[in-house]
Amino acid sequence: MAEQTNLKLAPPPRSLERIPLVQNNRSIGWISDQIAQIAEGKTPMWWWLAFIPSILLATMLFVMLAYLVSTGVGVWGPGHPVMWGWAIINFVWWIGIGHAGTLISAILFLLRQKWRTAVNRAAEAMTIFAVMCAGIFPVVHIGRVWFGYWLFPLPNSNSIWPQFRSPLMWDVFAVSTYFTVSALFWYIGLVPDLAVMRDRAKTKIRKFAYGLFSLGWTGSNRHWSNYEKAYLILAGLSTPLVLSVHSIVSLDFAVSQLPGWHTTIFPPYFVAGAVFSGFGMVLTLLIPLRTICKLEDVITMRHIDLMCKVTLATGSIVGYAYGMEFFIAWYGGNPFERTIFMNRAFGTFWWGYWTMIACNVVFPQLFWIKKFRHNLLLVWILSIFVNIGMWFERFEIVVTSLYRDFIPANWGYFRPTWVDIATYMGTFGLFFTLFLLFLRFLPVIAISEVKGVTPQADPHHPLGGAKGGHH
Amino acid sequence: MSDIFPKWTNHLPLQVAVGALLLGSAVVAGAWYYLTPAYANVGYQPIQPVAFSHEIHAGQLGVDCRYCHSAVEKSWYSNIPSASTCMNCHSQVLKDDPKLALVRESALSGKPIPWIQVHKVPDYVYFNHSVHVNRGVSCVKCHGNVNHLDEVRQEKPLTMTFCLDCHRNPAANIRDLDKITDLDWKPSDPNFQKNHGKELVKEWHVESLQNCSACHR
Repeated sequence: MAEQTNLKLAPPPRSLERIPLVQNNRSIGWISDQIAQIAEGKTPMWWWLAFIPSILLATMLFVMLAYLVSTGVGVWGPGHPVMWGWAIINFVWWIGIGHAGTLISAILFLLRQKWRTAVNRAAEAMTIFAVMCAGIFPVVHIGRVWFGYWLFPLPNSNSIWPQFRSPLMWDVFAVSTYFTVSALFWYIGLVPDLAVMRDRAKTKIRKFAYGLFSLGWTGSNRHWSNYEKAYLILAGLSTPLVLSVHSIVSLDFAVSQLPGWHTTIFPPYFVAGAVFSGFGMVLTLLIPLRTICKLEDVITMRHIDLMCKVTLATGSIVGYAYGMEFFIAWYGGNPFERTIFMNRAFGTFWWGYWTMIACNVVFPQLFWIKKFRHNLLLVWILSIFVNIGMWFERFEIVVTSLYRDFIPANWGYFRPTWVDIATYMGTFGLFFTLFLLFLRFLPVIAISEVKGVTPQADPHHPLGGAKGGHH
Repeated sequence: MSDIFPKWTNHLPLQVAVGALLLGSAVVAGAWYYLTPAYANVGYQPIQPVAFSHEIHAGQLGVDCRYCHSAVEKSWYSNIPSASTCMNCHSQVLKDDPKLALVRESALSGKPIPWIQVHKVPDYVYFNHSVHVNRGVSCVKCHGNVNHLDEVRQEKPLTMTFCLDCHRNPAANIRDLDKITDLDWKPSDPNFQKNHGKELVKEWHVESLQNCSACHR
């Protein structure tokens, strides 16, 4: 390969040049150092400042759960006529947040969206922790939690068998599958990076722990080949889950005959809402993270920009779904359906509806404008609005379809109890406790994958490939 | 590269394997005990204050169950006879037998004999004897062949599965009313039970409810 050609190609115009995914020509060594050091060395002050309140809130969660289990589910707000309350709202909300992780890790992987590599690890961690927070609510709402195993088809001396015609049963399987696959996917992706942590470890315990979980990774070609295959298979398995889990969650509502719930638009509308809220949460977490951990060159403005665009797209789908619900309520000619929707927007809980519209439909429209997508503070505030809006969406769906029954004598109002509020706040504690532990013990960004998308990783790059000597 | 794992970890896989084996055995043993009829009190046979033999009375002498358990067709509860029922015969038969001292004392004083209950369903289960007995469920279905038992013991597990097995398939388990207390009765051939059971279900409108509140009220 010694011949040289004299053919000169004009460089492409600047506007067409690809923006590199890792900026400032950072070297491969810098990537390892910068990411791994977050989980190494002395625990920084900001971490403690975030961790202590988080763990206190998490403790409060467990106190609340102990109070609920020892006293009974009556300590929560639901009661006639609103028999579903904050528990299902929080369940759906958290599980929805989890969806961004799988979308980023699986669908964007299959679509060869290379920018996903900088955010997928943290997003997957977020997914797993969010699903944990979500799972708490259905488990404890049964009251006698020690009978929770009845949800699974285990032969028993009571001849009790799950009712497979109930969407609540489908939920059990959808969510537990989702959690298992997400956790596996996350772990498989972690293996090469755990080996990096192992090789950098200074203490015996760290070396042992990372050594154990990196499964003897040496980075040989065979390891990489098996790894890539496993990763691809898991990406394929996770992809349908992105769509199926929240579809099934939506069927909890849509399969019932209640006006406002019994609509065919629910599954796609819920999936879009889930991805929307998930990206909201990813932005909420990553914008401070990239600044505090000095990862601006890895999680670049381009990443933020792309995530804002996904948020805008899914937010607009959700807005379309809100509009379509109203259209069908009118066009379908069912007076009960119409009444429910008029009540939703202009009834007792009008404030929740318009909070939802503002946060989910109106504010994200700002992301059409590039200037706003590049204003970090604005993006961060809007990302929090997204999740406030999505919480109110579930609140509106659950409460407004229930609080006014077909018979006016059954009409009522819904109020959460202090236990409802403290339990919900407590799940934030659990979520952030887990997320902060993740930051301190695991590489927060997929080191090996980010290296793969640097310009140097390309063999044709002047600095790339195996340079040095003939080849 | 220095050693990642210290030397003692060489034995770790073996230790984990042995530990897993032990834990697995414990789980199997636990399931074996707690999930089988032994745990549901099958074989429970307390020592009764009077060693009453069902084998002699119901078996050899052929006393009908309802002679003593007289309310079983009318009440949710199958009564234990008072001592006066015993004395109908025992005022003349074995009237000085020392084994019957407590029976005579009870008949005289009116203070009941402290029998120990053998068959017991949990408090959250509503079971009605008369409903079952009047719709062709023989005593033998739940109590076993007490006519061949010297002293009564629990023969059947009486678990929820046990109830549901019958409730889900009443035709295979019910018989004509005149055979209810004939504990040794067997259908002449399996087809008879199949066809006749179906007829009885239809004729008596046997519902054998399976909703929760049928038993858990």
